[in-house]
Amino acid sequence: MPSQIFPGVFDSLPHIASFVLAIAQEAGFDGFDLYQIETGVDEACSNIIEHAYCGDCSGLIEIDCTASDDKLVITIRDHGMPFDPNSIRKPNLTSKLKDRCEHGLGIYMMQQWMDEVEYQFFPGTNILTLVKYKSKGK
Amino acid sequence: MEIRITNYKRCDVVKITGRVDSSTAPVLEQNIKNLMEAGHYHIILDLSELDFISSAGLRVLISTQKNCRRYNRGEVILAAVPLNILKALDLAGFTSLFHIKEDVVTAVANF
Repeated sequence: MPSQIFPGVFDSLPHIASFVLAIAQEAGFDGFDLYQIETGVDEACSNIIEHAYCGDCSGLIEIDCTASDDKLVITIRDHGMPFDPNSIRKPNLTSKLKDRCEHGLGIYMMQQWMDEVEYQFFPGTNILTLVKYKSKGK
Repeated sequence: MEIRITNYKRCDVVKITGRVDSSTAPVLEQNIKNLMEAGHYHIILDLSELDFISSAGLRVLISTQKNCRRYNRGEVILAAVPLNILKALDLAGFTSLFHIKEDVVTAVANF
């Protein structure tokens, strides 16, 4: 199982994307599927850095990425504060510009574009699993 | 991410190249803030070479549009939006909040 550990800082985000996308491409994902995977992983890791580690630059993000015939499974571990995704209100996507809230979009986009999103919380470790199935016909 | 700003008589074109995520969005935000502090509120964002935008980048777009439209003093227009980016804007419910033009020339002519 390909895995890699990254510093829990925003500068890691493009490196994390490169790592995951290389495995996804090799597994046969392409086009918009790759963009959706990049979004899911970026939003997940951004949340960990911002909310689980709260700007503490010493935290680490461990990523395992496994591809099979029909899907990609990305497992993201951190050792920061547990983050309850249900505490984030779904953004109102139809309100007028002046009323538009600028937060909550990231979780929403990740949930919309990944096929499965599962959070697990253990003492000292949080595990987020993202699954993307290949589009039909691939 | 790279940012190139071109000043025209009636508007400014901000060309964003590469990736806008949580690490680069503050840089984009500061560049646009500098424009607005100089009294420039007619802004075209040229997205033709934008590879990726996360929610952090989308927040910059929405806050810029709010700021520009305040007191009816201006507008943000999005130009040459790649399909993946357009799908992200659509998912976020942003397509109704921005004029989207097929290229920069058309966008400039709008001002």
